[in-house]
Amino acid sequence: MSALNNTAVRLKPLATPAEWMRARRQWSPFYAFLLVGAALVVGLILLVPAYLFLRAAGSEQATIDTLLSPRTWTVLGNTLLLAGSVTLASTAVALPLAWLTTMTDLPGKRFWAILAALPLVLPSYVAAFVYVSILTPKGLLQQALYPLTGIERLPSPFGFPGAFLVLTLISYPYIFLTTRAALKRMDPSLAEAARSLGASPWSAFWRVTLPYLRPSLIAGSLLVALYVLRDFGAVTMLQYSTFTRIIYNRYLAYQLDTAATLALVLVAVTAVILTLEQRSRGKTRYARLSSGAARRQRPARLGFWKVPALAFVSSVVFFSLIVPAAGLAYWFWRGWNQDWAVRDLGAAQNNLETLSGLLQPAFHSLSASLLGALLAMALALPIAVLAVRRPGKISRFFEQVTYASFALPGIVVALAFVFFGANYARSLYQTLPMMLAAYVILFIPQAVGAQRSSLLQVSPSLEEVGRSLGKRPLAIFRAITLPLVRPGILAGGALVFLTCMKELPATLILSPLGFSTLAAQIWSNIGEAFFARAAAPTLLLLLLSSLPLALLSLRDE
Amino acid sequence: MSPTVVCRNLRKSFGDLAVVDNVSFSVAAGQILALLGPSGCGKTTTLRLIAGFEQADEGVILIEGQEVANGRFHLPPEKRRAGMVFQDYAIFPHLSVADNVAFGLPRGKERPARVADMLDFVGLAGLGERMPHELSGGQQQRVALARALAPKPAVLLLDEPFSNLDAALRTAVRQEVKDLLKASGTTAVFVTHDQEEALFLGDQVAVMNAGRLEQVGPAEVVFHEPRTRFVAEFMGHTDFIVGTATSTGVDTALGFMPLAHNLPIGTTVDVVVRPDDVKLEAGTAETGNGRILSRQFLGIAYLYRVALEDGRVVESWQPHQIHFPIGTAVEASLRPGHALRCFYEGTAV
Repeated sequence: MSALNNTAVRLKPLATPAEWMRARRQWSPFYAFLLVGAALVVGLILLVPAYLFLRAAGSEQATIDTLLSPRTWTVLGNTLLLAGSVTLASTAVALPLAWLTTMTDLPGKRFWAILAALPLVLPSYVAAFVYVSILTPKGLLQQALYPLTGIERLPSPFGFPGAFLVLTLISYPYIFLTTRAALKRMDPSLAEAARSLGASPWSAFWRVTLPYLRPSLIAGSLLVALYVLRDFGAVTMLQYSTFTRIIYNRYLAYQLDTAATLALVLVAVTAVILTLEQRSRGKTRYARLSSGAARRQRPARLGFWKVPALAFVSSVVFFSLIVPAAGLAYWFWRGWNQDWAVRDLGAAQNNLETLSGLLQPAFHSLSASLLGALLAMALALPIAVLAVRRPGKISRFFEQVTYASFALPGIVVALAFVFFGANYARSLYQTLPMMLAAYVILFIPQAVGAQRSSLLQVSPSLEEVGRSLGKRPLAIFRAITLPLVRPGILAGGALVFLTCMKELPATLILSPLGFSTLAAQIWSNIGEAFFARAAAPTLLLLLLSSLPLALLSLRDE
Repeated sequence: MSPTVVCRNLRKSFGDLAVVDNVSFSVAAGQILALLGPSGCGKTTTLRLIAGFEQADEGVILIEGQEVANGRFHLPPEKRRAGMVFQDYAIFPHLSVADNVAFGLPRGKERPARVADMLDFVGLAGLGERMPHELSGGQQQRVALARALAPKPAVLLLDEPFSNLDAALRTAVRQEVKDLLKASGTTAVFVTHDQEEALFLGDQVAVMNAGRLEQVGPAEVVFHEPRTRFVAEFMGHTDFIVGTATSTGVDTALGFMPLAHNLPIGTTVDVVVRPDDVKLEAGTAETGNGRILSRQFLGIAYLYRVALEDGRVVESWQPHQIHFPIGTAVEASLRPGHALRCFYEGTAV
């Protein structure tokens, strides 16, 4: 006992009557604060469909006309066809790619895996404009082929074929990444057990590996389908009439009631897909039953098949990464030389002026995306903490609303804000706060998801032990929880930053006058087919938007 | 002196399931109480009720004479002065050993000295700057202990404190923890499913089953005089043999056992028999009353399972030099010594 008593310690007194009164409450002030914060965000998200609904209900005739018009049904058919075919094609590309880069002795596996994931950072409108510039009837491909073949015109890529090609090439990484992660986690003894029970390698794949991959395949496919439904840039650029394109056209034509109704239908479609995914996930949880670290998989020997496998992997990388990169480089080079040529003719602009003209849009993009990311990081925290630490009806509702905002395409959120701003909040209309609010609604699921998974890694006993040592919940949150989930918060923030930089429709519609971002700059240039002028801002956008993620992953290593 | 911890008629349900069902006990100052029971018996929930992480539906908890929970009002955990050592130790991974220990101490000049004293006390002097991942499992546990004891809690609560250690380390750490708790005069409640651990560490042992407290008392009493069949079965390798009450004791297949009782003569009772109570001698087909079923090598002894003529099975520990081949006839008898516990219709005689 001596060692313990030779220092005096102020003892905390036991409860006072006032503390007894406070103890009545089940929720500490800290959790009350979280509840209020989460409720505000959820209210903001729910405002979007609610307002669209009111708007559509307020003009019944226009709504009914829109819903009954055959045009609406054609658009619905187009949208579903594109989403379905891109999802299937992405699976067909991504599944073999994931298998080859994890389970086989393919040379340069890690290298191919990194390259195959990279198209994720390409905005769809960028991939679309590069492919358009190559594939139009008199495009780069035709110009290259003409001396050899004498072909005068190539078939037009506009409409479904182009949209299908471009969207598949940039969205397959979602399925690739989810299935690859699952394959890496998979216990090799599962397939080995199947083999020992007499299954051939092929049937072991079909009966064990593929069913094991099902949840990740579904999760990845959902991401792809939602990406297609939300996409605005590629379908508009390639002139394929899905909902987002038509909604934007109606908005430009001031047919706001029609636009609101179409937006509601689009929200309904995405909501149905989201629900289907939830259902199909059901109760299947493929936990590893055995504890302990997984053994390393002995890679399957490809042997003679190495040649076709390499051909497959490199052609995917070629079309999804090399072609867009080379196309951008080509247009940048053309732009650089063209401007010199123009200056020789006495034109006003030279390359330096062009580049310095990018400084302001770059600053706008950076500051808006940074603010958006910071806001999303801060506002996601109450939702994630409640969902993980206070599971219950209210927190589950909050979390589900947040994830359901995945079903709100950028164009829809932007429209709702335009209506709302024009009618009720003129002073906020086309101001930075309104654009940032739209960013938060659009991208908060990414921040919540990242924070949630890193909160799940923090054992609740860490927080409980803090309380048994006499600290209040807020103090524990600051001293224990926050430092431990910081990597998750930062990763989520970096992801939000990346998507804010690329975001197009909400930025186009909601950005304040004179607030030109890189994305808007690219869009206005490619809209007028000034591909050469779009190349420089695109390269700058790609560089800046990937910076935080790159820094984070460097620090992790 | 009033007890340090008092639990009176605690009840806690999760949905329809009564996890803690009318549990009452108290712990005197400086004593260690072991809450023992199979998994899912409610022992951890009881501990969490005392700590304040769960709130009892009914019942009163007093810590050092002050009410901390009474079914309607519940003091938050940080106001209860109940230190906690978790199964996974819950060492803050981003804080150094010293910062972990300092966490519950008020800021001030005394803090560093107190931290140094505590580290010294648990034998980690000089390791204050280490990060948790640089420590062994046993060292981590000592950090958890030092951290919990640093703010001088009224009671220390330990949840399965040894289950994360491997068998070789467990015995040594157990002794160490017992010495530390006794040296600091700490009042403690600890939860375990391991009866050996409970008997070793607990001044008092409380056996729980299906949310109810079956028996609480000194270790020897709970072991030798189980109040319910459950406690008898849970403590040690326990077999039951049939006995018939006579005027001076009980007649069993293993011989006569003197016992004072007030049952009618001829009543059938169940007698609790543990492997150390049964003597085995080589027998013939005529003289033997049992047959060897199996032999298990326990390391320190052999454990024989013997089938009696009435079909019941008893177990017996035998030293290494004695060998009975499987199937041989043996004469099994009760080793005279302490009286064995008898149950009549489920209650102790």
